[in-house]
Amino acid sequence: MTTVDDRPAAPPAGAPRRRVNPVLALLRNSWRQLTSMRTALVLLFLLAVAAVPGSVLPQRGVNPENVDRYFVDHPDLAPRLDQLGFFEVFGSVWFSAIYLLLFTSLVGCILPRARDHVRALRMRPPAAPKRLDRLPAHAVLEAPAAADAEAIAAVLRRRRWRVVVRGNEVSAEKGYLKETGNLLFHVSLVAVLLGVALGSWYGWHGNRILVADPENAFCNTRQQYAEATLGPRVDSADLPPFCLTLDRFEAEYLPSGQARRYWATVTVDNLPGDAARTAGFSVNSPLRLDSANVYLLGNGYAPILKYTDRYGRSQTSTTPFLRTGDPNATEEGVAAFPDANVDPKTGKRAPDQQIAFEGLYLPTAPDQGPFVESRFPAERNPAVVLVAYRGNLGLDAGIPGSVYKLDQRQVENGKLKQIGDKKLAPGEKWTLDDGSTLEFVGTKPYITIAVRYAPGQLLMLVACATLLVGLMGSLFVRRRRVFFRVAAPDTGSPTSGSSLVEAGGLPRTEHPGFADEFAQLVAAVSGDGRDDRRAPEGDE
Amino acid sequence: MSALSDQLVTYAILAYLVAMISHAVEYALGNARAVPAKAAAPARELVGAGVGGVGGTVDEPAAPAVTRPGRSGARAELAGRVAGWLTALAVALHLGALVTRGIAAERMPWGNMYEFVLTVTWIGSAAWLAVLVKRPQLRRLGLFLTLVMVLLLAFAELKLYVQVTPLMPALQSYWFIIHVSTIVFASGIFLLGVVPATAYLLRSGWEQGRRSFPYTLAKRLPGAAGLERLTFTLHAFAFPIFTFAVIAGAIWAEAAWGRAWGWDPKETWAFISWVVYAGYLHARATPSMKRSVATWISILGFATMLMNLFGVNFFFTGLHSYAGV
Ligand code: HEM
Repeated sequence: MTTVDDRPAAPPAGAPRRRVNPVLALLRNSWRQLTSMRTALVLLFLLAVAAVPGSVLPQRGVNPENVDRYFVDHPDLAPRLDQLGFFEVFGSVWFSAIYLLLFTSLVGCILPRARDHVRALRMRPPAAPKRLDRLPAHAVLEAPAAADAEAIAAVLRRRRWRVVVRGNEVSAEKGYLKETGNLLFHVSLVAVLLGVALGSWYGWHGNRILVADPENAFCNTRQQYAEATLGPRVDSADLPPFCLTLDRFEAEYLPSGQARRYWATVTVDNLPGDAARTAGFSVNSPLRLDSANVYLLGNGYAPILKYTDRYGRSQTSTTPFLRTGDPNATEEGVAAFPDANVDPKTGKRAPDQQIAFEGLYLPTAPDQGPFVESRFPAERNPAVVLVAYRGNLGLDAGIPGSVYKLDQRQVENGKLKQIGDKKLAPGEKWTLDDGSTLEFVGTKPYITIAVRYAPGQLLMLVACATLLVGLMGSLFVRRRRVFFRVAAPDTGSPTSGSSLVEAGGLPRTEHPGFADEFAQLVAAVSGDGRDDRRAPEGDE
Repeated sequence: MSALSDQLVTYAILAYLVAMISHAVEYALGNARAVPAKAAAPARELVGAGVGGVGGTVDEPAAPAVTRPGRSGARAELAGRVAGWLTALAVALHLGALVTRGIAAERMPWGNMYEFVLTVTWIGSAAWLAVLVKRPQLRRLGLFLTLVMVLLLAFAELKLYVQVTPLMPALQSYWFIIHVSTIVFASGIFLLGVVPATAYLLRSGWEQGRRSFPYTLAKRLPGAAGLERLTFTLHAFAFPIFTFAVIAGAIWAEAAWGRAWGWDPKETWAFISWVVYAGYLHARATPSMKRSVATWISILGFATMLMNLFGVNFFFTGLHSYAGV
C-alpha cells in the first residue's frame, strides 16, 4: 500500500458539466499528464537512455581530441551526428528538454503534495472507524493496565504518536516524516539543478602548462590560458587577478615506475592586498585561493635546447614536450627557432632558413637503441632524440598550428627539409651541416594545471546532504494509524465491571513489521509489556 | 600473502561450486517447504555481526505447505543445510582472500577491477547469509546466488586478475575509501537484489499458471509476494548508499580532477544507474504499475551497473581508466 496515486485525469463522474474553454481544458489536461507519476517515469527513463550516447561517443567537454579523431575516422557520419548535438549530449537541446520537462513535472508534483502535506500536518488523526475488527490489525484487551482513554493516550504519546482523544476513543498516527522526507528529497533535486545552473552561468575555468621557470610565470587572464571557458555571465575582465610561478615540482616513483607522490610548490602573487606567498598543492589537495581553485592535472619535462645559428647568435627554447601516454613518461614535442639565421648585417630574415627540431624526450633512455621509449618516468638517463628541419616553418601563413607539432604540409610540399637526426644527452652538442649547433642543456619540470571557479558548488553540496536525509526519511519511515476504543463498563461485556478495550491498526504505507509493532503497542497498553520505552525499531 | 590470497579465492570458488551442487541436489530432491522455520539458524555464529543490517523486515506469507516428510524430503533438507554451511564456508574463505589481498597491498583491496569484483561479490554473499539467517525459508534462492558467485568469481579470476600494486597518486585520498567502500557495498546489495528479483519474475509466472521452461524452475521457490518484498527491501536499502557513494565520488572528483561532475563515461553510467533505480522506486510506488514491470526495471538497473563495472572499463577510456583491467 502506498499513499501515492496517479492524479485522476478526469473530473469525478457526476460533476456538473460546465462549458470549459477548450484551450484551457487542453492546457489543464496537459499539465495533469505532465505531473503524473507515469510521465515522470517515462521522462526518467528517457533521461537514462539519452545519457547513453554521452558515454559511447566522444564528448567535446570531456576529450575534444577524441572528437577530432572521430571526425577523421567517420567523415560522413560525424558532421551529421554533430548537427544533432551528439558530441555535446549533456548540453544538447534534446537532453535539456528532457530534464527541463522532468523538473517541471517534479515541481508540478511537489507543490500540490506540499500543500496536502501541510494540511495533513495540521489535521488531527481521524476518528476511529466503526468496526475496528475490519482493520488489518485488531485486538481486544481485557482489563488492561491503561484502562481509560487518557491513560492509553499517555502510553501512545510516550511512544511519540500523535494522539487525539475523542470521548472514549483514541486515534493516533505516526510517520509524517515519510512525506516530509520525500518532499525534502525532491526539493533538494531542484536545488542541485539550480547549483548546476549557477555554476555554468557564473563559473569559469581554464587549463595551461606551467614550466618551473620564473620567466614562465602565469597571470590569470584569458589570453594566458591554452583553453578557457567562461560562463555566459562572466566577462574576461571579471577574472580575478593573481599570478603563479612554479618553484619546484617533486615526483616520487616506485621501482616499478608507478607514481607514488606528486607535489608542486608555487609562489602566489598579486593577490590584492596580499604579499606574495608560497603554497604547495598536489593531486588530491588543490590550491584553494579565495577567487578560484588550482588543480594539478599532469606533469612532464621541458627540454632546454640552445641553438647557435651560423652567425653565432644563440637562442634558447624551453618548450614543454607532451607525454605520449607511455607510463614511463616518453614525451614528444618540437623546439622551433623561427628567428634563427637572421643576417646581423642586413637584419633580414631568411624565411627559408628557419630551423626546428622535432622528436622525443626520454627521461630514462635505454643504454642501446632504438631510442624510442623511456624506461622509467624519473630522470635517470635523460636524452633527446631529435630530427632537425630547415626551411619555412609556415608560421606566418596565419593558420594556427599546434606548438607541439610541426606543420606537416610544409614538409610535404618540400618547403621544410629534414637535415639529420641525433640523440643528445645533457651537455652534448650537435653541429649541423651549416656549422650551427644545438646544445641540449638540461630540462625543467612543468605541470599542467586547471584553474576553476565553480560558484554553485556549495549549494550543490548542501542540497546533496538534504537530499540524502530526505531520501532516508522517505524510504524508511512508515505511516500508520492505531485506534483504541474503551467500551463503557456495563455494556454487557462478559467481564462486567472491568473495562474492555478494543484496538485496531492500519499501516498506511507498506510496513511488513506493522503486526509486531501493533502487538507491542497492545502489550504496552495491556500492561504486560512493562518496559514502555522499548519502542519498535527502525521507525522515525 | 598475495599468493595466499589467490589460493583462497580458488578455494572460495570451489566452496561456492560445491554449495551450488548441494543446492541443486536439494532442489532436485526436495518437496517444497519441508524446511522448518529455523533450519538455517546455526549459520548465525559464522555470519558474525558485520553483515547484519539488511532491513529485512520481510514477512513471508504462510505458503501452501506441501509437507510430505518422505525420505527424499529429509535428504533434500540435509542437502539444503549442507549448502547453507558450504556457502558460509565460502564466504569465510572469500573474506580471507580479501583480507590477505589487502595486507599484501598494504591498503584497502579496492584498487583495481579484480579486487573490486572480489569485494562486491563478497558483500553480496555475506548479505545473503544475513538474509538466510533472518528468513531461512528463502534458502532455495541459494542456488541462484551461488551460481552468480561462481560465474563472477571465475570471470574475475580468469579475465581480470592483476598483480598486487600500490595506488596511484590520484587514488591516495580518504575519499577513495569512502567512495569506493560505499559503491562496493551498494553494488553488492544490488547484486544480491537481482536474485530475488529474478526468482520473483519466475515464481509469479508459475503462480499464474505458466508451466513452460523458465517458469518450471520456480516450482519450488518461495512465494512470489515475499520475493518481491525482499527485492524491494534490498533495493531500498542499497539505493541511499549508492546515492551517497555517487555524491562522495563527486566530492572527491572535485578535489582530484577539479570538477565535481564531468560526464566521464563512469560518471555517465553511474547517473544512468541512479536514474533507473529511481525509476524502479517510482514504479513500485505507483499502484497502477504492475509489480513485474517494476521488477524488470530493477534488473535493468543492475544491467547498467554491470555495464559500468565491465563495459566502461573495457570499451571506453576515461579518467576512471586507472581501474584498468
Ligand atoms: C528528477 C527526477 C526525479 C527523481 C530522480 C526522483 C527520485 C525519487 C526517488 C529516488 C524516490 C524514492 C523514495 C521513495 O520511494 O520514497 C522518489 C519517490 C517519489 N517520487 Fe520522485 N523523483 C523524480 C521526480 C518525480 C516526479 C516528477 C514526481 C511526480 C510526478 C515524483 C514523485 C514521487 C513520489 C510521489 C514519490 C514517493 C513514492 C513513495 O511513496 O514511496 N518524483 N523519487
